[in-house]
Amino acid sequence: MAVSEPIAVAPVGAAERLEQTWRQPPGFWGWFKNTHHTAIGVRFMVTSFIFLILGGILAALMRFQLSRPENNLMGPDFYNQTFSMHGSTMIFLFAVPMMFQGFGVYVVPLMCGARNIAFPRLNAFSFYIYVGGGLLLWIGYLLNTGVDTGWFSYVTLSGPQFSPGKRVDFWAQMITFTEVSALGVAICIATTILRHRAPGMTLNRMPILLWEKLTISMAVIFAMPAVMVVSSMLLMDRTVGTHFFNPAEGGDVLLYQHLFWFFGHPEVYIIFLPGTAIVSTTVAVFARRHIFGYVPIVVSVVATGFLGFSVWVHHMFATGIPQISESFFTAASLMIVVPTAVQFYCWVTTIWRGKLQMKLPMLWIYGFFFVFLIGGLSGVMLASVPVDWQVHDTFFVVAHFHYVLIGGALFPMFAGLYFWIPKMMGRMMDDMLGKVHFWLFFVGFNLTFFTMHFLGLHGMPRRVYTYLPEMHWGTLNALSTSGVALMSLGVIVFIVNFFQSRASGELAGDNPWAAGSLDWATPSPPPSYNFLEPPTVNGREALWEALPNQPIVGGLRDDVREVLITHSLDAEPEYKEEDPGPSIWPFITSIVVGIVFVESIFTPWAIAWGAAPVGAALIAWMWPKGSRPLRRRVEEKWSV
Amino acid sequence: MIGVGPIAAALLIDPGAHSMFGGASTQASHIEWLYWLIFWICFVVYVLVIAAFTRAGARNYRGDPGMLPVLPKDEAGDRRAGWFVGTAVVVTILTLFFVLVETVITGKKVESATTSKNPVTINVIGHQWWWEVIYPNPQADQTVTTANEIHVPVGKPVVILTNSADVIHSFWPPNINGKRDLLPGYSSAFWFQVDKPGIYRGQCAEFCGLQHAHMGFSIIAESPEQFAQWQQNQVKPAGDPTDPEAQRGKQVFLTHACIMCHTVRGTDAGSRFGPDLTHLASRQMIAAETLPNTRGAVAGWIVDPQRIKPGTQMSPNPLAPDDLQAVITYLQTLQ
Repeated sequence: MAVSEPIAVAPVGAAERLEQTWRQPPGFWGWFKNTHHTAIGVRFMVTSFIFLILGGILAALMRFQLSRPENNLMGPDFYNQTFSMHGSTMIFLFAVPMMFQGFGVYVVPLMCGARNIAFPRLNAFSFYIYVGGGLLLWIGYLLNTGVDTGWFSYVTLSGPQFSPGKRVDFWAQMITFTEVSALGVAICIATTILRHRAPGMTLNRMPILLWEKLTISMAVIFAMPAVMVVSSMLLMDRTVGTHFFNPAEGGDVLLYQHLFWFFGHPEVYIIFLPGTAIVSTTVAVFARRHIFGYVPIVVSVVATGFLGFSVWVHHMFATGIPQISESFFTAASLMIVVPTAVQFYCWVTTIWRGKLQMKLPMLWIYGFFFVFLIGGLSGVMLASVPVDWQVHDTFFVVAHFHYVLIGGALFPMFAGLYFWIPKMMGRMMDDMLGKVHFWLFFVGFNLTFFTMHFLGLHGMPRRVYTYLPEMHWGTLNALSTSGVALMSLGVIVFIVNFFQSRASGELAGDNPWAAGSLDWATPSPPPSYNFLEPPTVNGREALWEALPNQPIVGGLRDDVREVLITHSLDAEPEYKEEDPGPSIWPFITSIVVGIVFVESIFTPWAIAWGAAPVGAALIAWMWPKGSRPLRRRVEEKWSV
Repeated sequence: MIGVGPIAAALLIDPGAHSMFGGASTQASHIEWLYWLIFWICFVVYVLVIAAFTRAGARNYRGDPGMLPVLPKDEAGDRRAGWFVGTAVVVTILTLFFVLVETVITGKKVESATTSKNPVTINVIGHQWWWEVIYPNPQADQTVTTANEIHVPVGKPVVILTNSADVIHSFWPPNINGKRDLLPGYSSAFWFQVDKPGIYRGQCAEFCGLQHAHMGFSIIAESPEQFAQWQQNQVKPAGDPTDPEAQRGKQVFLTHACIMCHTVRGTDAGSRFGPDLTHLASRQMIAAETLPNTRGAVAGWIVDPQRIKPGTQMSPNPLAPDDLQAVITYLQTLQ
């Protein structure tokens, strides 16, 4: 069976003409005009990695403060800002932008065999607006206006009475920025998956990663509005004097929690499913065998997306809601274990029947198995209401969700980076340094977080800036803090490895892992037009199952940015469409929208007067260019 | 590893008076039993799954530097694997169902005290950052108001009616029961029954602002006789001090900022903003279980509470040294 072969020989000069047509604009302003998905995807990844490091620095600060009882490294005000910033940064500025936007924007169009993402300008806009949210939050922190009410900012603590000043408003508007960004990218990715797939890639041949990205996009579209509504209601309580959450005026503090967790729990799966997507992708590649249980895995993924919306109340078991509702949400929370268990069994079966090759990405996937499973099982404990009454809001929960999120997102993220960085920069990462990175991080992580289980069981609540010596929590806390050094060292090794490999790593070639999906059917790094000849697909692993004479897509012009639109179910070619091409307007629009968002922290009238410039920027963005011949959709039937 | 973990950890930490493993009530014991049941199920699952992954990886492990060719499709093998996965999923579902049933049963047991007749009723109101404790009585002058130290009789059902004066707090005495949020605008009933006499610590578990870390309380479980005696004493207003320094201390108390926030029943001090101090001297700790109730600690707290609990609602009181000593002497008479 063919592993990977060039699919056809292109006509002479086509590559040059395509390069000219799809050229990414050069120069300083070109950077802001670029709308190509590989560039935007890499920017999402680099930016969110920077936020990961910033969030990690905050975590280290917190660990040093807690390393001994009554430590005086920082006072409660700074500590509260620090832990709130840590949570907000990691969730809103790192986890989703990296796992969903970063990997999704880079990999999905390549895996679909498309020349660009759908709605590339919206995609670019989403990047700038995300950076805007991150800057807002962090500039606030550096000006001593960092959020100090937690990443969840429960009312009434975050209300106008108990949090005067602008700290919470900065946080609430950061939510709007980042959620607009996630929603924009969700629309781009879902449309790309449904309409831009290579001919032959019917729904039941779609790589599992695409199924996951589609599910996540839908979850984003349904979950993110809830948090934007709740943060806007909070902002209105704070700036225009509404009383949505003020119990003194008939407002309701539980309403906030319901709305927040209606977003907050699906959010966990929005972060975790990209992780499993990477696992399913890499397990097949490194076991040298088709993934076992394609259909059960896809069903599990979609089921997780749905069930994720039915478990939010398990964050609220301690509020005193009636037992019958608690039992329902316990049942739902236990039920969601099943789809994840199905995926675990399918992975272990695939490896069992394959020939495992323990390359760097696979090492991290094994780290994921060891670590995430602990988090998943402690999640079963937390789903049980009476146990949750005890360990809720203690360090046990801190341990649990770091096992789930670092296990379920960060370990697969590093697997994914070691897997796709050769594609992105054309050079392999160093194997030895990668292993050093893994072992430092793995040991440090477990040292830091496993100890926290015991602290929680022995009564240490979360979000305390210090504790009394009589509580005897000092030893375990010191042990926990010592793990931070190992983890940090591991990440430093990774960064060194990255720059060293970028300069002098071994050349990767098109397909260094002999993988089966279309992202490996193009040079590394991919040219601006992605595929010289857009491919077609004959099976679930396109390259593994390619026919000796696998057809290519012909008839796309090389002097116009034409892309092929296919049917959402059977991927039959339907018509050609023109990619809108580079534009400065998404950037300018994001600046204008950003100014309106920030200004509305200070006066609600900003929404009113801001409508005009935002409207003007959008008109400029969408302004049709008359000269292009193929601007209209060409409704001609297509033949391959 | 995990099995010996709790034991090793128990050596490092004093399980003592603030841990879910030192159950002093039927509620805490039921929860602890359920915890260990689920823990051992999870432990077995972890060992099995990790063993399977390790074996699967080691079985056909290849150290080849290059990538191997892809294995051909194998439909007979797929069917066998299908049986394995199917069986594993069924076992998983049955196990989860067992956990669900045990959870519901234990939940019912923990909440079964709610049907008890004639419980001891206590209102607990969360404040930033202390606990107001009221033993209501139809006769207003029999009502007891205190702070942070909750006396309960052993062997009798107790119901805590929760409320909050400002933000969300969470009432959590781990040796006695799980936690219950104190939500502004909602009141809920939280039941337990302590079986072993003793002093059990608790702490606020919902982030509530600057001094969330120093918002402790204790539950003092004593025999019904001792409890009744304590209650009788608490009902009484503060007596007039006889000692001249204490008398002067009372004057200082009533003419300085103290009176703006605190109540001492039997005097003109009647503000409800801070803890009721009528029987301060009968309490073991001050500042929400942060400092021992000693002369030195009280002096430090009065003069500069912001140094001990930065952000606390109590303002500094730069009293003259002899005034300060007099006030402390007076406070110590408030038995």
